[in-house]
Amino acid sequence: MSGSVASGKMYDCRDAFALTLETLAAEDARIVAVVNDSVGSSKLGSFRDRFPDRLVNVGIAEQNMVGVGAGLANGGKIPFVSAASCFLTARAMEQIKADCAYSHANVKLCGQSAGVAYGELGATHHSIEDVAWLRAIDKLTVIVPSDPWETEQAVRAAVAHDGPFYLRLSRMPVPALERHAPDFAIGRAETLREGDDVAIVANGTLVHRALAAAEVLAAEGIAARVVNMATVAPLDERAIADAAQTGAIVTAEEGLAHGGLGGAVAEFCARHAPVRMRMLGFPGFLPTGSAGWLMEHFGLTDRGIAQAARDLLASKRG
Amino acid sequence: MVESPTIPSPPTGGFDARARHTRERANWMRRRLLRMIVDAGQGHPGGDLSASDIIAALYFDILRIDPVRPNAPERDRFVLSKGHCTGALYTALSGAGFFVEAELATYLQPLSRLNGHPNRTYLPGVETNTGPLGHGFPVAVGMAIAGQIDEADYRVFVLTGDGELQEGSMWEAAMLAGHRGLGKLTAIVDRNRLQQGAGTEETNALEPLADKWRAFGWDVETLDGHDHLALLAAFDAAARPRKRPHCIIADTFKGHGVSFMRNQARWHHGVPDAAQFAQALAELEAEGAL
Repeated sequence: MSGSVASGKMYDCRDAFALTLETLAAEDARIVAVVNDSVGSSKLGSFRDRFPDRLVNVGIAEQNMVGVGAGLANGGKIPFVSAASCFLTARAMEQIKADCAYSHANVKLCGQSAGVAYGELGATHHSIEDVAWLRAIDKLTVIVPSDPWETEQAVRAAVAHDGPFYLRLSRMPVPALERHAPDFAIGRAETLREGDDVAIVANGTLVHRALAAAEVLAAEGIAARVVNMATVAPLDERAIADAAQTGAIVTAEEGLAHGGLGGAVAEFCARHAPVRMRMLGFPGFLPTGSAGWLMEHFGLTDRGIAQAARDLLASKRG
Repeated sequence: MVESPTIPSPPTGGFDARARHTRERANWMRRRLLRMIVDAGQGHPGGDLSASDIIAALYFDILRIDPVRPNAPERDRFVLSKGHCTGALYTALSGAGFFVEAELATYLQPLSRLNGHPNRTYLPGVETNTGPLGHGFPVAVGMAIAGQIDEADYRVFVLTGDGELQEGSMWEAAMLAGHRGLGKLTAIVDRNRLQQGAGTEETNALEPLADKWRAFGWDVETLDGHDHLALLAAFDAAARPRKRPHCIIADTFKGHGVSFMRNQARWHHGVPDAAQFAQALAELEAEGAL
């Protein structure tokens, strides 16, 4: 198996999110959207026009937005609470914990423009802590899709499964990944490319970069496995144990280098499968720069991932 | 041995009979919840006692709920936004038949369903998990919006603390409820004027409270929160078709019903000793016999 990108065309996954939600809403009257004046940034204008009574705009009030979402779930709705992830997660953290996760409310939290999509706007608008924060909350499913197809599957899964979800969505352009046997399941990692020298475990906008890095490494005679770990909670521990068998794991995510996907993988490996690791991500509050510049500057690129793999293999041999 | 649930006899007769019934149940709740607190060695008696009459009127008269079908879609909803007052909530749920009275003896014990704050995932009749202040009210607003979208008949009642109104999320929710004209939503403010450490007005003043609610688009009335006739009349009135949400500011006293607890901030938390408990029971029994 050798995954790749389908073509050079790039996609904004919010389009797949909005289209899927609208399609499902036409079939299922329980689906409603809840926003904080974020119709445009969530690309829900068409949803609003088609289902005006089923779009609840609470204004700029994130705590209330998430609480209202939990109340709508109590009333039998399937609310998709959609807002910029920096505000949704940080401002409404206690509502996510108490009203959604602890109460087991059927709320689908959709963090839009996650990661560093708002590059130049600065650290207030970056959402790089969200995965670390939310994966610490019990009974909350956390999914970070990598492309339009996986975004659609994640939205469909969120509707089909009762319980609180966090869908972490990006607006950073990504290609469509080519899958030989497309099969999405919550909590199951997807091996996009086989390889036994090193495993690259990535999600979201880093998956296609990991695939490109594996191509580069292959030309050097290094067989890199690429594992798409879209679900961060619950974690696919078997896939991580298998990845650890290679003896070297590189994690890559558009988020903090600690506490998120890399942290989750490292926690498992430390307990069950000690292995050399490199964890790629951002160090903390970031300097001014575009999203693309920040990714480049902090090594979240094909080259950065490939270099981390080389360094890791060198230390393994050394 | 399993006790059968103490399903209350429904109120019959006129308004006075209904009020007598509520008064009798509230008196029972007060006696029972104080025993729970004494047995558990902790609790929030002050707020439990200030809210008992309000909660009794709802559970033993007003709410259209069925303990056999606790999740029936058409049920009325009650949310305890001041989630620490579980002594009052659990006695009411037990009295309304959601679980047997004997289970009240497990209050706060290891693995009990009767946690210090209510949990819907294991206790039937609880609508949402509360405890941190400022949470239940926005969730109740969401319930009312769901009903508004569906043009459903059910009503949503939410009991807030007064100190709780210092939380910003409460006013986010109040603003939205007013904006959307949630006519089937009733918020009851347990206006006992005391928060954990001191009076609300010396801590961060709420007054003019009725004006605040009106300014947010609510119908507002103020009543004596220990007057069962007044409570039932207000809840009945809340059922009439409305274009605006309805706020009842219920003037209450923390610790109401027990002379030495009444209007004392230090009984927010606290456990009566044996002599105090005996005195409290004697006072409540005397009141109940009236």
